Amino acid sequence: MPLDTAMPIVDEEIAGADREYLYTLNFGPQHPATHTTLRLILTLEGETIVKAVPDIGFLHSGFEKLGEDLDFNQYVTVVDRMNYISPFANECAWFDAVEKLMGIEPTPRCKYLRTILSELARISDHLLCIGAVGLDLGALTAFLYAFNQREKVYDIMESASGQRFHPSYCRVGGMMSDITDDVVQKVRDFVKTFPKAHADLTRLLNRNRIFVDRTKGIGVLTKEEAINMSCSGPIARASGVTRDLRKDEPYLAYPELQGSFKVICAKGGDCYNRYLVRMAEMAESLNIIAAAVENLPGGSVNVDLNDKLTIPDKQATYRSIEGLIQHFELFMWNRRWETPVEEIYAANETANGELGFYLVADGSGKAFRARTRPPSFIHFAAFPHLMEGHQISDVPAILGSLNIIAAELDR
Amino acid sequence: MPDYLSSLNAKFSGAFTTSEFRDNKRVLISAEKAAEVLFPLLKCLKEECGFDMLAELGGIDYLNYPNATDRFCVVYGLTNMTTGQRVFVKAFANDPDPELPSVYDLWRGADWMEREVYDMYGVKFTGHPDLRRILMPHEFAAFPLRKDYPLRGYGERHNFETVTRADS
Repeated sequence: MPLDTAMPIVDEEIAGADREYLYTLNFGPQHPATHTTLRLILTLEGETIVKAVPDIGFLHSGFEKLGEDLDFNQYVTVVDRMNYISPFANECAWFDAVEKLMGIEPTPRCKYLRTILSELARISDHLLCIGAVGLDLGALTAFLYAFNQREKVYDIMESASGQRFHPSYCRVGGMMSDITDDVVQKVRDFVKTFPKAHADLTRLLNRNRIFVDRTKGIGVLTKEEAINMSCSGPIARASGVTRDLRKDEPYLAYPELQGSFKVICAKGGDCYNRYLVRMAEMAESLNIIAAAVENLPGGSVNVDLNDKLTIPDKQATYRSIEGLIQHFELFMWNRRWETPVEEIYAANETANGELGFYLVADGSGKAFRARTRPPSFIHFAAFPHLMEGHQISDVPAILGSLNIIAAELDR
Repeated sequence: MPDYLSSLNAKFSGAFTTSEFRDNKRVLISAEKAAEVLFPLLKCLKEECGFDMLAELGGIDYLNYPNATDRFCVVYGLTNMTTGQRVFVKAFANDPDPELPSVYDLWRGADWMEREVYDMYGVKFTGHPDLRRILMPHEFAAFPLRKDYPLRGYGERHNFETVTRADS
C-alpha cells in the first residue's frame, strides 16, 4: 500500500519549518513486535514518539459480510477465527446472541460446559498476552512457561471437540456432542497443576526488574479516559472501572457461580497494572472452572429434539424418520430456523473485554446483519493516545498489554 | 417507564419513538429528525441520565428488509457504568446522501467506530475530525457491507493496482 494513506494528517498536524527534523518511522506491518499484521506510522523526535497513526485493515476478510451469507451454525467457524487465541469464548458470545434472539434456554449441562471451556479460553488468552509481553520485553522464559500451559488447554479442547485451535464446538441450542469423562478428568488435572505454573509465572515476572521497569508507568489510561474511549475488560479494569459482565449481566452458568469468583480491578492503569489484572484474573478463572467442573449437571447438552432447533445425532438421523426430516429441515438452504423479525444485542465478557453481537434477523435462518463489537478494534483506537510522549521501545509493551488480535481488529 | 425516558420526553417529546425486544430497550429517531435531534438527545442521555459509555456503534443497511421504511441505520449502544443499564439509540438515514451528526465530541471512542460505519456503508458523520476509510484501502470505490454490494465483490481484487519494486 502506498505510504500516503496516513501522510496527510501527519503533515497537517505538525506542519511548520521548526519541526522539520521530526523523523517518520514505518513500524510494521511485518514486524516481529507487532505479532500480527499491524502497521504504525510513528513520528519521532529523537526516540520520543510525537504522534502514532495506526493503519489497519491488512487482515480485513469480510467476516461480517460472510455472516449475512452463512447460517447460524455455519458462521461459528468464522466466529472462531476472530479472536483466534480464545476462540471458544467467541462461539459462546455468538450463540448467546442467536439463542437470545430465538428465545432458547440452553440446558444446565450445556451452560456449565460452555462456562468451563470459555474460562479455559480466557486463561489461554491471558497466558498468550502475558507470555508475548514477556517475550517482547526480554523475558523469554516466561513465554515458554505460558505456552506450556496453553498446550494443556489445547489438549482439553481437542479431547472435547476434536480440534485444537478452532473448536467450532457450539451449535444452536447446545453443543456438537457431549463431552466424555476423559475431558472432565483433564480439566480436573489442569485445575490441580495450573496453580504451580501460575506461581512460577508470577515469580518470573512480578518482580523482574527489567519487566517492571519497562511496564510501570507506561501507557497510563485513566478511568475517565477508559470509559470515554469505550474500553472494557482487563484494560478498563486495570484503570479502575469495576464493570465485569460476568457479575453485572450474568449469562450462562455465571448466576450460579457468583460466589466462586471476584472481579479484579487495579487503579494504576499502566501496562504493569494490566499485567497484574490478567494474572489475577487467571486465578479467578481457575476458581470458576473448579467450581463448575465439580457441579457439572447431568442430562443432555442439547435442548429437546422436539423443539426442532438442534441437529439430531447420527443415530436419530439414520434410524428414525423424524430425525431424518429434522436433519434436512435444518440443512436445506430454504428451510433452516424460523426467527422473529427482530434484532438483538448480546454481549459476553471475553478475555479481551466486551464481545458483543448485534444480530438483525429477517425471519430466515441466516442473519440479516451480524455486527460484531470487537474489543481489540476499540482498544486499538486508544493506542495513539497511550503512545504519545513515550519512547519507541515502549511500543511493544503497550501493544502487548492491549492484546491486539489483528483478526478481530480487522475481521 | 425507565427514568431516562421521562427526561427524554421532557426535552424531545415527539421526536423519537421507542421499541423493545427481550432486554433490549430502544429509542428510534427517524431520518427526517436525526440531523437535529440525534446529537442533543445523546448528549442528554450522557450528561443527564448517566449513560457515560458508548459501548457499541454499528451500521445496518435495511434494503429489502421486511416492513423497513428507511435504508440506513446507525445503532448507538449506551451503557450506564453506575447502574449497568443499557439503551440502544437507532438513528436512520437515507439515500442519496446518508448523513448523521458525529458523536466524537461526546465520546472519543466513537472515532474509529464511526470511521468503520463510513467505510462499510458510506454514512457520512458531519463533524468527525478525520473521516477516512479504515479497513478498506483508500482507493476503494464501493461500500462493501451495503446489501446491494455482492458477496464476491465487483472483481476489485483482480484490478488491484500493483506496485512493482521498480516504482515503489
